[in-house]
Amino acid sequence: MLDLHGYGPSILKGAVLTVEVAILSLLLAVFLGLLGAMAKLSPNPILKGIATTYTTLIRGVPDLVLMMLIFFGGQMLMNSFSDWINDTFDSDIWINVNEFTAGVITIGFIFGAYMAETFRGAFQSVELGQIEAGKAYGMKPWQIFSRIMFPQMMRHALPGIGNNWLVLLKTTALVSIIGLSDMVRLASEAAKATHEPFRFLLPVIIGFLLMTAVSEWGLKKLEQKYSAGVVKG
Amino acid sequence: MFEQLNQLLAQNDIFTHSTLAHYWGGFVVTIQLVFLALIIGAIIALPLGILRTSKNPWISKPIWLYVYIFRGTPLIVQLFLIYYGTAQIDSIKDTWLWDNILSEAFYPCLIAFVLNTAAYTTEIIKGAIDNTPAGEIEAAKAYGMSWAKRMHRIILPSAFRRALPAYANEVIFMLHASAIASVVTIVDLTGAARDIYSRYYAPFDAFLFVAAIYLCITFTLIFGFRHLENKLLAHLKPLS
Repeated sequence: MLDLHGYGPSILKGAVLTVEVAILSLLLAVFLGLLGAMAKLSPNPILKGIATTYTTLIRGVPDLVLMMLIFFGGQMLMNSFSDWINDTFDSDIWINVNEFTAGVITIGFIFGAYMAETFRGAFQSVELGQIEAGKAYGMKPWQIFSRIMFPQMMRHALPGIGNNWLVLLKTTALVSIIGLSDMVRLASEAAKATHEPFRFLLPVIIGFLLMTAVSEWGLKKLEQKYSAGVVKG
Repeated sequence: MFEQLNQLLAQNDIFTHSTLAHYWGGFVVTIQLVFLALIIGAIIALPLGILRTSKNPWISKPIWLYVYIFRGTPLIVQLFLIYYGTAQIDSIKDTWLWDNILSEAFYPCLIAFVLNTAAYTTEIIKGAIDNTPAGEIEAAKAYGMSWAKRMHRIILPSAFRRALPAYANEVIFMLHASAIASVVTIVDLTGAARDIYSRYYAPFDAFLFVAAIYLCITFTLIFGFRHLENKLLAHLKPLS
């Protein structure tokens, strides 16, 4: 077996952290994506404008720059905010932006923009007549969403969600730059300490490939589930 | 106007002549890295993409593996592996290659970018070749064209056009991914922003400014590619 000079358990812990960051930011991204898609499709020009600005700006700027902006800038905002609180209420509170929160928020925020585009296209692919039929049956908006829109929308959205997830998984490696001890950071520190980069970075590569393979398998299963009853041409 | 600009710079604490020069240096490095990586990557990807469509598994499977590994792992890990890895191999360290090329951070970084973008571009080219209408290939065969002639005259010209939208995405992706170069001590645009952030402790000025520059480059690229697509893909547009 590969001898990791005792770094093995800590790198494994880093892998768990990578998965945690990825899943939490995916949840945030799906939430923001649904909101963004609905705003983009809404007749209200202000909502539409906000959502369009959000998706355009996010997709035009590198993730690393956004991450640093949110991490370093967020800390500064929080500092002045707690300064203000401490001055007004004569208290002694300090809010720290930790790397974990900054990482999850940034990645979720970035991929929310990509998800919004995915969901927008998927929502549009559900026929209007079906929604009208739902209304004619007297369904409430939530019932229309959960019974008609969502199950059919997911079939169209899944390939896009899958792609976004695979890119997101790799983007989590960037949190190592702002100081979070994920798999990449722990392995590269071990590599620097022992001067054996191949020994420590290869497990990371295998780890990412494994996660990708598992995700691809899971996505295939999900696609099968949501494509049930669709005749492939 | 120049007077006013000078006045503005003189009153400003952060955006002085020297910091703007620092940003400019970073801009040049970013453009160099991205441009070179894309050009060299495309030159590598073209033959790989063609060979990837080969029916012989001994040819197509190794290329599949290369593409799978480079698309399945983060660029930053590939960069670390090449940047720290080349420094540890003694047989490289003793040659002229080390003294002249690899000891600077720029070249290991360029190698990582080239290998990464070549993998993505290979897949794009492969996809475009696979989507060639079967009738076109049959017609070419019926005319008695050889494999090379079919590739050169029929398949590649239309595959390039089909690949253009995906390749435009890859170019923008590469531009954004190049920000990672700042992690291995290269002063590209992001590196310049980090320097200025740490010198003045002004995250918003430093990073928002650089974000705006990236945004401008991205929009220029999108505009350029859209123009190119309108020209080259005019025959595929829906008739209105």
